[in-house]
Amino acid sequence: MAARKNSKKTTVSGEELLKYYREMLLIRRFEEKAGQLYGMGLIGGFCHLYIGQEAVVVGLEAAAEDGDERITSYRDHGHMLACGMDPKGVMAELAGRATGYSKGKGGSMHMFSREKNFYGGNGIVGAQVPLGTGMAFANKYLENGRVSFTYFGDGAANQGQVYESFNMAELWQLPVVYVIENNQYAMGTALRRASSTPELYTRGEAFNIPGEAVDGMDVLAVKRAGEKAVAHCRAGKGPYILEMKTYRYRGHSMSDPAKYRSRDEVQKMREEHDPIDHIRSLILKGKHATEEDLKAVDKDVKAIVNEAAEFARTSPEPAPEELYKDIYAEA
Amino acid sequence: MAIEILMPALSPTMEEGTLAKWLVKEGDTVQSGDILAEIETDKATMEFEAVDDGIIGRILVPEGSEGVKVNTPIAVLLEDGEDASAVPAPASSAAAQTVAPAEQSQTTTRPTEPAVVPATAAPAPTPDWPDGTEMNEQSVREALRDAMAEEMRRDEHVYLMGEEVAQYQGAYKVSQGLLEEFGDRRVIDTPITEQGFTGVGIGSSFTGLRPIIEFMTFNFAMQAIDQIINSAAKTLYMSGGQLNVPVVFRGTNGAAARVGAQHSQDYAAWYAQIPGLKVAMPYSAADAKGLLKTAIRDPNPVVFLENEMLYGRSFEVPALDDFTIPFGKARIWREGQDVTLVSFGIGMQYALEAADKLAEEGISAEVIDLRTLRPMDTGAVVRSVMKTNRCVTVEEGWPVCSIGNHISAVLMQQAFDYLDAPVINCTGKDVPMPYAANLEKLALVTTEEVIEAVKSVTYK
Ligand SMILES: Cc1ncc(C[n+]2csc(CCOP(=O)(O)OP(=O)(O)O)c2C)c(N)n1
Ligand SMILES: [Mg+2]
Repeated sequence: MAARKNSKKTTVSGEELLKYYREMLLIRRFEEKAGQLYGMGLIGGFCHLYIGQEAVVVGLEAAAEDGDERITSYRDHGHMLACGMDPKGVMAELAGRATGYSKGKGGSMHMFSREKNFYGGNGIVGAQVPLGTGMAFANKYLENGRVSFTYFGDGAANQGQVYESFNMAELWQLPVVYVIENNQYAMGTALRRASSTPELYTRGEAFNIPGEAVDGMDVLAVKRAGEKAVAHCRAGKGPYILEMKTYRYRGHSMSDPAKYRSRDEVQKMREEHDPIDHIRSLILKGKHATEEDLKAVDKDVKAIVNEAAEFARTSPEPAPEELYKDIYAEA
Repeated sequence: MAIEILMPALSPTMEEGTLAKWLVKEGDTVQSGDILAEIETDKATMEFEAVDDGIIGRILVPEGSEGVKVNTPIAVLLEDGEDASAVPAPASSAAAQTVAPAEQSQTTTRPTEPAVVPATAAPAPTPDWPDGTEMNEQSVREALRDAMAEEMRRDEHVYLMGEEVAQYQGAYKVSQGLLEEFGDRRVIDTPITEQGFTGVGIGSSFTGLRPIIEFMTFNFAMQAIDQIINSAAKTLYMSGGQLNVPVVFRGTNGAAARVGAQHSQDYAAWYAQIPGLKVAMPYSAADAKGLLKTAIRDPNPVVFLENEMLYGRSFEVPALDDFTIPFGKARIWREGQDVTLVSFGIGMQYALEAADKLAEEGISAEVIDLRTLRPMDTGAVVRSVMKTNRCVTVEEGWPVCSIGNHISAVLMQQAFDYLDAPVINCTGKDVPMPYAANLEKLALVTTEEVIEAVKSVTYK
């Protein structure tokens, strides 16, 4: 884990800190709820929780501007909430309901929002990387000044199409921030068992793409790194790689025997590096809010999540006719 | 009286073999019990002994001949005093392939394709092991694991490679215990890099290894399909027969449950289209085991399509040290008179369920499991339809250019006069797999649809 030495130096307003706290907490509580609903049979199939990694998306969203795009893997609930998608629509999609973002037809791994410039959710490891690069291609083509945030995992970082993308992105100077969410495991495979080098941020060196390792458990460090990367892209200097050192607390998906790591390892990470605890203590130490204030935030967030769950539970399943709809766009 | 010596069957499932070596020559005197030849079966090289005394009058099949069918005459044994010249030379011996060199000719003649299996009289359901063989209950998952383990013990060149196959024991636990037994030289965890490790596997086969490449699911093999088709399926042909590719590509295929459009796809029809590939898609545990062992021994690339929903299902598996099931031989699960149900893989579940329910209504369905899609035992289907005059195919894949479409075409060409109704193909619906529970049910083929199709073709 990279050091956190810089986080105290920055001057961030209390308001801002509270905003991050709230956003990260929303993801955490939402995911906990999703886990519960899965257990109750309301959510099926694969369900990959984002718990532990909240600081990554919240920090990067803080560095993004309106119109910037994002695309990620199947571990996508956090990204959707962080970019402002409605928790009700996300939860309803998880439950396969007509009111979900994909009318119940996509599920956990396949949700999209054109309105929020969220382009999925991809179930094929690594496949989103060329797609995100293509969105950056369009940005340059259209000269719209936007940046594409293209997220992928440490495991995905070994897919060939990642490097095909890197080459084109640098060759054509495309405005894309490649965010490697290094949570240290790809299913049951620890990074060191799958990668010839542990430093994923150096993976762009052969292409001349600058890269940086970031403490992905520190939302402020993430935000700063994001701002730097985005500035690079917007200045027309091409792509930038951010390796977020982070950790997933839960299993890979819902059924994961988790024999590949020890309980202690997970426990230590939760106790010593939890991104939400970290910002919470910054808020309290800086006297930006009281325990009472934070409790009120917790209560608020819980209400939002409960409402989302209730909405999902009570929404209808898609109509049978939906089976044959949306296969072709109207000409 | 001269005695014909016939190609022996040396295992319950042997249909043909290689006459590796003659240990006698024409004119030799042999006694019962003398070793005449070495014969390679699909399982091993075995010595073949003389049954009678006499003199080797004529050797009909030279050593090195491959694919010699069981019961083909391979030599003639003379009694004392009999003259070899008295023995008429056989008109043509299948294995003695002295092909006249093709003349350089200006006219291009179209070569004919090898004939499909001829439609002859319908045989009884074909057992793949001797009657009375002891049977054990085993899950498909265990059967697959045992098949790999047995072949890895048998041949040092066989290794298993894929994502999470070693330390994790397989994403679906199919490779449970293999790392422990064979070590990390032969059971290898790869990074998530399908195109890469598929190519690495194929390359390793060029120089003598026999990899089993596991795809966590066949959905991810789409990352590697270029290697499977362009590098594995076509290389023997492109190299003029020099470079064969003995690789097995295996993993789970088709819909699981609620895993959405990108993770629920049946590739049977895709791979079945590719010349140079063999494609197996077992339903039962015994077939899974016997076919996987055959696949591993096959000198060609084999796509082996498993099904997650079947992994945990138990079936009877013969308690034999070693058995294989040949490719291109369908299994008749149930004999019937009124309609032929043709399926494979998970589709068999619907076909068999439908047959049970139809029986209650007095409709007798014959149920055929194709088991391998390339080669495909269309002969078995044609023979059955000649009897039942009706056919319904069942598969989970999409309807357009499906396996069922192919069977329909074969029946139209080879059994047109026998058909009393158009063939109906029951398939998955023509849509990407939806996530919602109710829509997913609608997208899959169902037993009810099979029953309805049977009633329609039997005009009930
Ligand atoms: C092409 C492909 N291969 C394999 C899989 C199966 N699979 C799903 S997630 C995963 C691990 C990915 O790990 P990583 O990229 O580190 O992302 P994380 O799950 O840690 O967020 C694997 C192997 C897949 N979905 N797609
Ligand atoms: Mg990971």
